[in-house]
Amino acid sequence: MYQYDQADQRLVDERVVQFRDQTRRFLAGELSEDNFRPVRLQNGLYIQRLAPMLRVAIPYGLLGSRQLRALAYIACQWDRGYAHFSTRQNIQFNWPKLEDVPDILAHLASVQMHAIQTSGNCIRNTTTDQFAGIAPDEVVDPLAWCELIRQWSTLHPEFAFLPRKFKIAVSGAAQDRAAVQVHDIGIQAQRDASGETGFRVLVGGGLGRTPIIGTMIREFLPWPHLLTYLDAILRVYNRHGRRDNKYKARIKILVRELTPEVFRAQVNAEWAHLRDGPATLTAAEVDRITRRFTRPQYQNLDALSVQYTQGLARDRGFANWAARNVHAHKVPGYAAVTLSLKKTGVPPGDATAEQMDAVADLADRYSFGELRVSHEQNLILADVRQSDLRALWQEAKALGLATPNIGLITNIIACPGGDFCSLANAKSIPVAEAIQRRFDDLDYQHDIGELDLNISGCMNSCGHHHVGHIGILGVDKQGAEFYQISIGGAQGNAASLGKVIGPSFAQDEVPDVIEELIATYLARRDSEAERFIDVVRRIGLEPFKAQVYGNADQKREDRRRQLAAA
Amino acid sequence: MATLIKNAKIADDSWQRLERGTDGRLPTIPAAGDIIVPLMLWQAAASVLLARRSGRLGVCLDGAEDPAQVADSLEAFSLIAVNFSHFTDGRGYSTARLLRERYRWKGELRAIGDVQRDQLFYLSRCGFDAFLLNDGIDAPQGDLLRGAQAALSAFGDFTEAYQTSVERPLPLFRRRYLEPPDGMEWS
Repeated sequence: MYQYDQADQRLVDERVVQFRDQTRRFLAGELSEDNFRPVRLQNGLYIQRLAPMLRVAIPYGLLGSRQLRALAYIACQWDRGYAHFSTRQNIQFNWPKLEDVPDILAHLASVQMHAIQTSGNCIRNTTTDQFAGIAPDEVVDPLAWCELIRQWSTLHPEFAFLPRKFKIAVSGAAQDRAAVQVHDIGIQAQRDASGETGFRVLVGGGLGRTPIIGTMIREFLPWPHLLTYLDAILRVYNRHGRRDNKYKARIKILVRELTPEVFRAQVNAEWAHLRDGPATLTAAEVDRITRRFTRPQYQNLDALSVQYTQGLARDRGFANWAARNVHAHKVPGYAAVTLSLKKTGVPPGDATAEQMDAVADLADRYSFGELRVSHEQNLILADVRQSDLRALWQEAKALGLATPNIGLITNIIACPGGDFCSLANAKSIPVAEAIQRRFDDLDYQHDIGELDLNISGCMNSCGHHHVGHIGILGVDKQGAEFYQISIGGAQGNAASLGKVIGPSFAQDEVPDVIEELIATYLARRDSEAERFIDVVRRIGLEPFKAQVYGNADQKREDRRRQLAAA
Repeated sequence: MATLIKNAKIADDSWQRLERGTDGRLPTIPAAGDIIVPLMLWQAAASVLLARRSGRLGVCLDGAEDPAQVADSLEAFSLIAVNFSHFTDGRGYSTARLLRERYRWKGELRAIGDVQRDQLFYLSRCGFDAFLLNDGIDAPQGDLLRGAQAALSAFGDFTEAYQTSVERPLPLFRRRYLEPPDGMEWS
């Protein structure tokens, strides 16, 4: 965990005081709704369908057990005893009272947390690999760079009123687990031949209503220039990004309209003035930030624990869980564990206060008091001794957090959807649940193998449907909730955007359609090693369409005949 | 009605802002008095503006207007204003930094238009030293002076800042190696 120093603490404390006064003025009628709106949004406070929604930042997904307990306390004290982990590695409270929010923020500040810039047209929470610092394929640990970006972006005076929201992701591993290709800025940390760190910089990626894969504008930016180069990109965007139409206001539209070459030239022209200026990073500062992260004191262990392998051999349930929810670690004898928040019947990403408290205890006992939130809306214990895995599994199971479905069809990413969100066209949670119920059989799920299924309740794409192997998007059809289905999306190094298979479906048809897609895949795969996404890439959309719509026509025909006969 | 804040104090305003008509026509130029003119008028009639017998000259840039367009004629102005058509249009923050940091504008830099109390801190960090508050809406019980006085506290909303800015050219991480501020220890 990064540990605040006095300056970090002072800033979040002062933010609480500022927002308390803004809230007071709003409630006293001294701050109009229109003027309050951008101010509260920059503190993560939305006015939602049923109540305000408060989004709290979990910088780059890293969380201490003390902080998780504070979140559980907030859920009990000021909400309804649960909260929702989002695809931006943040956490959302759905039922706070506006007048309580200053107290909630004060409580957050007491554990070095805040809600600064979790919404609004500003630089949002920077996200990264949930296995940052521990992944065997890591080239550069991204955490210190993420914190440097957090500090640079926090209360940045020039970029608080951008044309639209702005999201940055950082990855430092061979496999991209931070979706850097679909962010406003994606940063891939690398090393050059001499071992020096630098960054490959992508811009203009994004999901939403115009999904685009980002364009590389800098092959290797040496690390001292990180912040001046970011300043240059943001300044070009702030000055020239479109403000006349909010659907064309993201940086991806500017990059596309200018062409990436012209955009790059403009950034370079701006950077020429900022380069080597005072914001140029120093080795001393990078060291200081790195040293403010507490790091686990690992023991010297064998690469493979005998106790662990024996447990795997003896217990099939444990082996199933380990196969899906346990991940490799760069330190011998350790492993990372995903605690699944995707139990069937529970809205994806939701956790109760009791679960949060219990997970905080697990983190203390098994993983150095730290955990991470993944963009797939699960919780990760990143530093568990292999010999402890079985005991941890048993405890997690008792808490309903050991569903062995990571990477499988029921590990659904979903936004809160129409049940909570005022932007949504359609509900997400009941659709997720219906699919989870349909595929509840674990053997069947394992047989289907790796499959990302993502659901967004509207074009804002909070559920990342574009990059799901199967993506489901809620659409409004003459006031009714319908679902458009796409296949072929993917995140990671080979990121791609899904293609819509055809006309949308009513809610109760969705599980059948998914079943048809899966049936097509199972019938056409070469072997179990060929994943759903691989088959889509190999054979294209047509066979899937034929199965889904061919059958749909057939079914409609059958129904018509039945009706005619009756 | 708008209250002027200058150098973090409520101040009298001697300046008259000339605006283009709703039909786009350029305003007529008064013979005397301190005037702020739109960039287009400066570009169309610089010689007339410079030949006035009395009164100072200021120019106003809209969000979309590039400060580079006045960079070569800064000595003609006693004031530069940046207009915020709505306070959420953040282009003026970049305009201000460019004027201060790149073009070395040292005179009064005034934020006008939809300027709200809750933006004063960021505006001042970007180099504005004068603010014409759009304070008709949110004044407590309609008391503009009380509202403006209360707004002055916004300059102190935060005592520290991470980034480089006009106000504090060195970012926090460089200042850490200098003197710490009162009562604070660096790590």
